[in-house]
Amino acid sequence: MPLSDELRDLYQQVILDHSKNPRNRGEIPPPCLHAHGDNPSCGDEIDVWLRLAENGHIEELKFTGQGCAISQASASMMTQKIKGKSREQAAIMREDFRRIVMGDGAPQDEDALGELILLEGVQKFPQRVKCAMLAWRALEQALEEKS
Amino acid sequence: MDWHRIRSDFPILDQQVNGHPLVYLDSAASSQKPRAVINALSHYYERDNANVHRALHELSARATDAFEGARKKAARFIGAASEDEIIFTRGCTEGINLVANSWGGQNLKPGDVILVTGMEHHSNLVPWQLLAQRTGATLKHIPVLEDGTLDPAAIESLLNEQVKLFAFVHISNSLGTINPARELCAKAKAVGAVTLLDGAQSVGHLPVNVAELGCDFLVFSGHKMCAPTGIGVLYGRMALLEKMPPWHGGGEMILSVTLEGSTYKPPPHRFEAGTPDIAGVIGLGAAIDYLEAIGLENIHRHDHNLSNYAVQCMSEVPGIRILGPQSGQRGSLVAFHLDYAHPHDLVEFANSHGIAMRGGHHCTQPLMKRFKVPGTTRASFYFYNTIEEINRLVEVLHAARKFFT
Repeated sequence: MPLSDELRDLYQQVILDHSKNPRNRGEIPPPCLHAHGDNPSCGDEIDVWLRLAENGHIEELKFTGQGCAISQASASMMTQKIKGKSREQAAIMREDFRRIVMGDGAPQDEDALGELILLEGVQKFPQRVKCAMLAWRALEQALEEKS
Repeated sequence: MDWHRIRSDFPILDQQVNGHPLVYLDSAASSQKPRAVINALSHYYERDNANVHRALHELSARATDAFEGARKKAARFIGAASEDEIIFTRGCTEGINLVANSWGGQNLKPGDVILVTGMEHHSNLVPWQLLAQRTGATLKHIPVLEDGTLDPAAIESLLNEQVKLFAFVHISNSLGTINPARELCAKAKAVGAVTLLDGAQSVGHLPVNVAELGCDFLVFSGHKMCAPTGIGVLYGRMALLEKMPPWHGGGEMILSVTLEGSTYKPPPHRFEAGTPDIAGVIGLGAAIDYLEAIGLENIHRHDHNLSNYAVQCMSEVPGIRILGPQSGQRGSLVAFHLDYAHPHDLVEFANSHGIAMRGGHHCTQPLMKRFKVPGTTRASFYFYNTIEEINRLVEVLHAARKFFT
């Protein structure tokens, strides 16, 4: 059965691999920062747990929850790329990632995103942007808890 | 029946989606519209458009005749004793809210029980939660068994004299279960409870006759039975309707108005404030004519064959879990979970092959929790669907397995 190019771009092997074998899955015991994100229209849920180092950098980052391959892969890849970053760097990456999945302008620091760029296939599926952004919204909330 | 010819009554079905012939399997969310209904809307707007009831001119007379004519059709369609028992609403949701606000506000007090089931659509749950909060009544539910049917022991114990209202779904939009409406209404009547039947998935799919079923209220939505969106019906037994206070106030529903107060029309107009969805009502009338010409028994038989065939073929897909009754009677839908693909991914995959399905909680979150699934994918059928389309679906499910595992 032939598959469309758009579909192959959306579900690249790396993305499917992250969704089937998510990295950094689990909770961080307190004290930690935590936020819950959900998409009420589809029922996807993600909890983001993180711990900051003394210098304010994100020392540890994990997630739990369930959802579609896009939301799970985005969360898994996010935890890998954000670990070790400062809050400011995380905010830039979040904005860059949003631009990538919405097709809304060029990212400021494409290199920092690494394989997250692979999720740009979401551009062709506007109704899936909220799936890709779910973990990132939770990350932003968890960081706001601190301030 | 020449189902192939009947299918050609639906212009929308003859198109390609993502390079494949459209396979529309989302009729439980909204059905497609036959040319007869589309033409009725065009005719109304091109020839007869005017406000109903008030003006004496020719167009208003035609619009009013068509509008009130549709009320007679709707009454006959569901076996109501009189067309005055037919209230036009925007759909099931509004009908249920009308009963909750008007009848519920007047009749419920602390200690009374509103009984629902664990398989209600949010539209037949949230209005009762709001009513319970407002009146101090208690909301209880009959649990759903693993096979998707209502727990008979719980029906016996919960349906008692404390219950003032029993609201339940005829055919579950998430399980396909057909509840024994007649038997449940009789049990409710025996304890003095008023019944509201949610006919969203049953009316237009099988013969529904309020006199035979014995329900006090019935709601249904036009857009799930070939009529336009934005129109539906609340049927109420006249003995109840005539005692109920108005819900919305405004024009059309009054007898006389002074600055100090107003008197109201008898049902059904008491409950129809403002200019109604005239075109929608006329479209509903055309849909009823269309469905009756095919015959509800024929539609039910075809629906049943499709869903039975679908359950049989889909059961053989590895890793599938089909919710609801596995054999016997079921509504024309199959909701399922695949252990290798989330509903949204599967719906996306199917869409790329031209198949329209729905994935998610289907507005039945308590039921998803009950069956411990985050959501399901639902294929739903109507008489314009074919066995070939179900075969396409099954092929795509097998392909999805290869793709996602």
